[in-house]
Amino acid sequence: MSWLTPELIDVIVQVLKAIVILLVVVVAGALLSFVERRLLGLWQDRYGPNRVGPFGMFQLAADMLKMFFKEDWTPPFVDKPIFTLAPVVAMSSLLIAFAVVPVTPTWGVADLNIGLLFFFAMAGLTVYAVLFAGWASNNKFALLGSLRASAQTVSYEVFLGLSLMGIVAQVGSFNMRDIVEYQQQHLWFIIPQFLGFATFFIAGVAVTHRHPFDQPEAEQELADGYHIEYAGMKWGMFFVGEYIGIVLVSALLTTLFFGGWHGPFLDALPWLSFVWFALKTGFFIMLFILLRASIPRPRYDQVMAFSWKFCLPLTLLNLLLTGTLVLATQ
Amino acid sequence: MEFAFYFASGVAVVSTLRVITASNPVHALLYLVISLLAVAMCFFSLGAPFAGALEIIVYAGAIMVLFVFVVMMLNLGPAVAQQERAWLTARIWIGPSLLAIALLAQLLYVLFSDPSGATLGQTSVSPKEVGIALFGPYLLAVELASLLLLGALVAAFHLGRHEAKE
Repeated sequence: MSWLTPELIDVIVQVLKAIVILLVVVVAGALLSFVERRLLGLWQDRYGPNRVGPFGMFQLAADMLKMFFKEDWTPPFVDKPIFTLAPVVAMSSLLIAFAVVPVTPTWGVADLNIGLLFFFAMAGLTVYAVLFAGWASNNKFALLGSLRASAQTVSYEVFLGLSLMGIVAQVGSFNMRDIVEYQQQHLWFIIPQFLGFATFFIAGVAVTHRHPFDQPEAEQELADGYHIEYAGMKWGMFFVGEYIGIVLVSALLTTLFFGGWHGPFLDALPWLSFVWFALKTGFFIMLFILLRASIPRPRYDQVMAFSWKFCLPLTLLNLLLTGTLVLATQ
Repeated sequence: MEFAFYFASGVAVVSTLRVITASNPVHALLYLVISLLAVAMCFFSLGAPFAGALEIIVYAGAIMVLFVFVVMMLNLGPAVAQQERAWLTARIWIGPSLLAIALLAQLLYVLFSDPSGATLGQTSVSPKEVGIALFGPYLLAVELASLLLLGALVAAFHLGRHEAKE
């Protein structure tokens, strides 16, 4: 076993950890479809899926079986290569961005110097999924949906980046692990960066185009928007991609504003770090679902005006205040 | 990192060629996005991760989205692909090819006159160093660029305002 050097074992362990994180994120994304429907039922005073198995727990398996065996119909009028590419981009771009999230002190895929920028880059690429799906479908509702999506995403990405610059200015690094360590020594960023938190949360909801920012797929006006022509597994990839987006934004909110894996009793029981991380992330996922359960959908022009006239000035103000404080306390 | 650099630059060259030769405008734009991503990879392998990330965020993530947005609105169909194919005759290729060959010769000369490749991935430039350089020796350029952007913003606002409401 001379070829099994310590370096090689190290590489294998790192690769295995990355694969485990990938699988956990995908499975969590898939399970969320069931969790969301049950919770929506609970909050809206109805049952939700409760027939298949105990508490309807096997509903997910039934849905997956249906999706796999459905005919994967590609309409004859679509642009085939781009039509096939779009769902792949939708699912993979946010999944790749999860690589920079530090789950616990020892678990995490990539410890990048430019971690936060890497997330912005991947979030910027997600818009192509919707754009290409809408264009390649050759359908006016799909095209309208993707036009809305691109305008909305570009507008909200402007302050998605700016809302986190206050944190970067305070920590002095784009590295996610540095940001978590800084929060251990000082306050969690939810208090000094409250405006940043509020705007990042709104932008995060808009980038995953979840309700109330689901203009691209507004059922009433656009009959499902950009994925109207999709069926079977291709539609399933859009569907799971949306939930992966929720998991990613929740994990980022936890890491950036709520101290990541930090919590009480960590010195005695180090394995609790994952539990704290999962609990905090779960809390934000619930918040996403509660938003969908409670808020009506605004008009499209209201969404755009809210972005440029309210959120952008707010983030600039936050950045100015943070900059002044950082300079004054130096 | 040398392999990564040559691989990414190869992808960039091939995809840029496809940008020119693709007859469907949206396919050409898709190749342009890939070309920009490959250039970002080149920056990463050269030890400038900050520039690489900005290349993806600004060019691939924002500017190209607007390009695709506009081209999508034009509703280009098979007729345009036909027309494009008719335009790309052999005669059109002569001028651009000569210019490109001149640039290629220059690149090869530089590569072979200094073949050590010493600059490849030897240093890594952190975001902080970029910031210090921008607001130190290059302060004037940053201020000029911000003036230009402000002017563009005012012009865009003027073009986009509703006259009927005033």
